[in-house]
Amino acid sequence: MRNVRRRASVLAAVAALALGVTACGSDDDGDSGASPAESSSSGGGSSATVKVGFMGALTGPDAQLGINEYNGAKLAFDQYNATNPATKVDFIQYDTTGAPDQATALAPKVAQDGVVAVVGPAFSGESKTAVPVLEEAKIANISASATNAALSTNGWKFWHRVLANDDVQGPGAGEFIVKSLPATSVAVIDDQSEYGKGLADVVNKTVGEQGGTVATRDSIDPEADDYSSTVNQIKSANPQAIFYGGYYSSAAKFVKQLRDGGVTATFVSGDGTLDQKFIDGAGDAAEGSILSCTCVLATASEDAAVQKFIDDYTAEYGTAPATYSAEAFDAATAIIKALEGGATTGEAINEALSNIDFQGVSKPIKFNDVGELETGTTYIHQVKDGKIISLGEYSSAKVQ
Amino acid sequence: MSNFVDLFWSSTIDGLTIGSIYALVALGYTLVYGVLRLINFAHSEIFMIGTFASVGTISLFGLSGPASGLTLVLVLFCTAAAGMAASGASAVVLERVAYRRLRTRGSSRLAALISAIGASLFLQEVFALRWSNGELHASGRDYVNSERVLEKTELFSIGDGIVRNDKLLVFVAAILMMIVLDRFVNRTRLGRGIRATAQDSESAVLMGVNINRVVVLTFLIGGAMAGLAGALYVVYFDQTRYIIGFVLGIKAFTAAVLGGIGNLRGALLGGLTIGLVENYGASIWGAEWKDVITFSILVLVLLFRPNGILGEALGRSKA
Repeated sequence: MRNVRRRASVLAAVAALALGVTACGSDDDGDSGASPAESSSSGGGSSATVKVGFMGALTGPDAQLGINEYNGAKLAFDQYNATNPATKVDFIQYDTTGAPDQATALAPKVAQDGVVAVVGPAFSGESKTAVPVLEEAKIANISASATNAALSTNGWKFWHRVLANDDVQGPGAGEFIVKSLPATSVAVIDDQSEYGKGLADVVNKTVGEQGGTVATRDSIDPEADDYSSTVNQIKSANPQAIFYGGYYSSAAKFVKQLRDGGVTATFVSGDGTLDQKFIDGAGDAAEGSILSCTCVLATASEDAAVQKFIDDYTAEYGTAPATYSAEAFDAATAIIKALEGGATTGEAINEALSNIDFQGVSKPIKFNDVGELETGTTYIHQVKDGKIISLGEYSSAKVQ
Repeated sequence: MSNFVDLFWSSTIDGLTIGSIYALVALGYTLVYGVLRLINFAHSEIFMIGTFASVGTISLFGLSGPASGLTLVLVLFCTAAAGMAASGASAVVLERVAYRRLRTRGSSRLAALISAIGASLFLQEVFALRWSNGELHASGRDYVNSERVLEKTELFSIGDGIVRNDKLLVFVAAILMMIVLDRFVNRTRLGRGIRATAQDSESAVLMGVNINRVVVLTFLIGGAMAGLAGALYVVYFDQTRYIIGFVLGIKAFTAAVLGGIGNLRGALLGGLTIGLVENYGASIWGAEWKDVITFSILVLVLLFRPNGILGEALGRSKA
């Protein structure tokens, strides 16, 4: 009886071993089969697929910005795949909720999944923490919205962005406030985020350089609900304009409480607030707000390519392209151009990106050696009758 | 420091307003702790449910603009009633589902604490779910905006501070509710049951107090207070979100500890103190230091008065 049992267990062990071996074998097969990148780069003629990831907020309080980007990029990849190219794109979502800790936790998964290029990370805070992981995994990444100026000083080789940074936006917004609004006394408030504080600091400096005075400088907690102490401070400082560095969900709460508190100064904010959701949240309080951005809101255009983008986007999603949609489309186009050039690995795509030079739907796309655009400027927008309208480039923009 | 003087009255007014919301929520923590020696960490979600019920009720009226006169009174009354009913009912269900079995089987208090945290996370995620295209999505993490119920107008000013109608409403409603509750606990038969249980539950049982009924009543009252806080919150801020209770719950819990947990009047004192301290602190050092100041004060008070400012337990106050 005992013998039988022993024999059975030996048999079982052998069977397990055999299974293990075959499993390993099939694993190996799977591996070589699942690396079309290499086979196609070595001249394989058949159609292959590479994985491109999207990293950004798809849920969370500031998700609309991420959704705009995802839709813009997806449109580009869908159109590209429809042309039946040699290398197709499998576009995968990685929802960071806009939080740096979430993005950091997701980045290794992006690397593990064998993603070769990323559109994103969307926000500056998450870029700061997640890009080093992408860098290590040699994944080319292009952000369509991270504007913190310091990001390009990290020596990252695989990182790019398709809009000018806050060292361009801040002075543009600051100069517009002092010269064109005009407001000589400005309250500068931020949300303590990588993006918000960085942008507010630059505006703070510019206002001084342009001959204005900063009436008060304060920070609020975007997660909190009661901003009354900051509202009181602004009310007693009595500035002509308020600059807020932060995202739309907190901006909406803040501007509402400012107006309820009897503050009538012009509310100015940056690209993080440039979304219809800001107006949805703040209601009438948003009216007349000025919003700067180094991005371009795609609106009806005589340029055939831009108009086609708007038409295609509207047909696909039922809404017009919004903040960063055009930027994400351009970021995706840059990756597509690299793929068309035969690059299929992260390194090869990154190499190709450094030589890219084309007219995107938002602006000319050509990267310098740190991944910034060669050219870029600030555009001013205004909330009028519950809609965001573009006032054009900052030096010539006029409040309506 | 000059800011503190300049902004003294406006900070005071705002501090008392937000402080009365903290105090109302703190009551729930204090009552449950007094009776069961349990920190009900899901109480912040009971508050959140109250805000959602209020937003829903307001939207039912389909207001096109801020209401006035009789409509205003009706909307405010219905909103408060809906908030209190929803929160009170969910608190009772919560007790039934998350705590009752643990209690009757005599499990350790830590088990109940874990159960509370679990219930808290569960409720948050439930309220982040949205129904669209025939399936559930966990996408409701955005703010839910409510129509404005009350035209916010200035009533009068004290020094640099302006008293607005909505702030006064929040403050007066909270104080009135607390007086009613204080009377209820100290003067009625049911209130005596609560106090007896808090003091010595075994003797209370021997004297014929139905413990289960007392516990349910405690959760109901605590929940209803949080519901009222939720309704006032929505009238004040016009919005809510699935995670709205998180920070506010911590502040309210701090208020309960600061005033002396298990002590009703302590909750009021603690809530108002925290509201005032954070606004005074923000006027001196800036709003980013708000929470640092609040919690430093808490640590200091607990160093010298470990049982909180008032310190006595629910059961021992005027037996």
